[in-house]
Amino acid sequence: MLKLEQLEIDNGGFLMRADFVVPAERKIAVIGPSGAGKSTLIGAIAGFHPVVRGRLVWRGDVLNAVEPGKRPVAMLFQDGNLFPHLSVAQNVGLGLNPDLRLTAAQSEQVSNAISRVGLASMADRKPAELSGGQQSRAALARVLVQARPLLLLDEPFAALGPALKNEMLDLVDELVRESGATLLMVSHAPEDARRIADQVVLVEGGMAHPPQETGGLLDNPPPALRDYLG
Amino acid sequence: MAERAQPITSGSGLGAAALVAALILGALLAVALRAESGRGMGASDWAAVRFTAGQAALSALFSVALAVPLARALARRRFMGRRLLIALLGAPFILPVIVAVLGLLAVFGRNGWISMALGWVGLPPVSIYGLHGVVVAHVFFNLPLATRLILQGWQEIPAERFRLAAQLGAGSRAIWRLLEWPMLLRIVPSVLAVIFAICLTSFAVALTLGGGPKATTIELAIYQAFRFDFDLARAAMLSCVQIVLTGCAALIALRAAQGEGFGSGLDRPVQRWDANSTGARLMDGGIIGTVTLFLLMPLAAIVMAGVPGLALLPGSVFVATMNSLLVAVLSTGATLALAIPMAIAVALGRARLVELAGLLGLAASPLVIGTGLFVILYPLADPFALALPVTALVNAVMALPFALRILVPRARQVVTRYGPLALSLDMAGGPFLRRVLLPRMRAQIGFAAGLSAALSMGDLGVIALFADPERATLPLQVYRLMGAYQMQAAAGAALLLLMLSMALFWSLDRGGRWHAEA
Repeated sequence: MLKLEQLEIDNGGFLMRADFVVPAERKIAVIGPSGAGKSTLIGAIAGFHPVVRGRLVWRGDVLNAVEPGKRPVAMLFQDGNLFPHLSVAQNVGLGLNPDLRLTAAQSEQVSNAISRVGLASMADRKPAELSGGQQSRAALARVLVQARPLLLLDEPFAALGPALKNEMLDLVDELVRESGATLLMVSHAPEDARRIADQVVLVEGGMAHPPQETGGLLDNPPPALRDYLG
Repeated sequence: MAERAQPITSGSGLGAAALVAALILGALLAVALRAESGRGMGASDWAAVRFTAGQAALSALFSVALAVPLARALARRRFMGRRLLIALLGAPFILPVIVAVLGLLAVFGRNGWISMALGWVGLPPVSIYGLHGVVVAHVFFNLPLATRLILQGWQEIPAERFRLAAQLGAGSRAIWRLLEWPMLLRIVPSVLAVIFAICLTSFAVALTLGGGPKATTIELAIYQAFRFDFDLARAAMLSCVQIVLTGCAALIALRAAQGEGFGSGLDRPVQRWDANSTGARLMDGGIIGTVTLFLLMPLAAIVMAGVPGLALLPGSVFVATMNSLLVAVLSTGATLALAIPMAIAVALGRARLVELAGLLGLAASPLVIGTGLFVILYPLADPFALALPVTALVNAVMALPFALRILVPRARQVVTRYGPLALSLDMAGGPFLRRVLLPRMRAQIGFAAGLSAALSMGDLGVIALFADPERATLPLQVYRLMGAYQMQAAAGAALLLLMLSMALFWSLDRGGRWHAEA
């Protein structure tokens, strides 16, 4: 269970507030107008934006002062999720050991993860030799070996076509189901939310609203959301 | 805003900067304390100041004015020998000054190729001594450096941007305005400042092509006061003047624009679709041809004169060669050990302090630091016995500003782009350094190491102050052979020096230069 207790986040000068609870193993879409602070919310949970007030609590532990890499979090950014000079296998291996000193069992785990996302034949390639969809798959393989209970996606599939994006969302859905992780996913497309999310957090007016059931919220949007959806 | 988390700390960089600052400021302090305040500047001292600043300004201006069209031509043309030419552009800067001067004399001297050609049509020979000779020599050395630095700026524009521009149907002019001009605005001021500062501290060129009351640099005047009169007070007074002058240049260099870089692209080769018009082709071809000739002729002259001399090398040349290699290895190791942590610290935003320490190397000329170290060492030990380690140390400090200029932009780019990802993977510290930062900086580290090694190998500066008859580096030995009118042996030793410097530079730079390929 992830608790955001009266959180105030420094969003490059102005403050963003959030005060709600995300139950375990939920899949949450974070939607709202661009510039409203969707990425800031995700970034604060990951440890990249300073929390100036309130507490961020994961299963009873306060995360406020915990370094990004020590949080129970796996994260994919909008772009640059792979190191261009490292092979797919190395990029995935980083999820197990940041210095790439892998045991035989860990190497096995890496190749299993690469196979699981359908890149078995491409483990030795560099990211530049992969298509956009394949790059996303490689990044997801790393998320898989990281096995963190909290997965944060900051629109990593925004550059993909709709079919490919849906494919990735379905893959994310499967991986999250298998591992029982909690998912928070930034999106500006309501159909993404419908596809994968149990609940939706609406971010607007310097505020992240508590999660609401996806279907109910999108079918019957409050005024702020209606303005955004158009 | 609160301090952002970073995948690496700036501690060792700050330490390295403190070390450099202590060394240089210590030497400067020693010089300042030694200078006699009662004695003012004589007329010849003022002449040296005017000459020093004037020739440096002219040299920087001519070098950059030629480098911009050349870099542009090289950035957008694919032709046979392009790779070789880019490698050659590394040559004059790392070319030992004494070797290049021999080559320039053979081409532009009174008995050189140009004068010979003029003689055939009944014109008087040209002379390369004096202001114009010094400027020609400095342009010869610094035009290629300027071109490489500016070309690097061009190549830091990701291939994706050119692809996007081509896709948008942008022609040469639009690409110039959108991508190239902003890049130049960012790069050129610092290139101008660096070349101006290099030329301010010119010693070996002035020693060989200048001289006399009309063409003496401050650096040369320090040397003369030191060696000929052993007048430490006057050397120290001139050093103070040099400090003020180069300090100002360093401030200008620091103020020069250092805007945000372009975003990084994946490592795809750069390809261009614009500039296929005949006019553009002719312009690019012309500038490439002219500069190639200007750079190649002196090199060819050295090789032609040097090959017969190789057989005549005295044993002293081989001892000097070993000394030079030792100095180069020590100095390169020291440069990297200082520059890499400092570049990381600058990339993390501790720019002011660390960059200032790095620029102290420009602010203080080799002979000034040499004079300072001599003053410090004199009461403690025999300064002449320490000639080689002191030379290596001073060389490392001198190479530092260039190494930083090469390393910092890349370090900044890597930290900005991959810092958050690394942090989220818990890659802080050693793993980030080994797995991300150093591999992503490989090209720049190779270039910096190559420059540092070759500069040290060919340096004729501090060693001239410190050396006794038994101890010499290879460049000093060449100068001594010239002075003894053993011109054949001098040419042979110069060729040996040239080959060793090039070998050092190539082997180090090559590993990193895959980016310049295609």
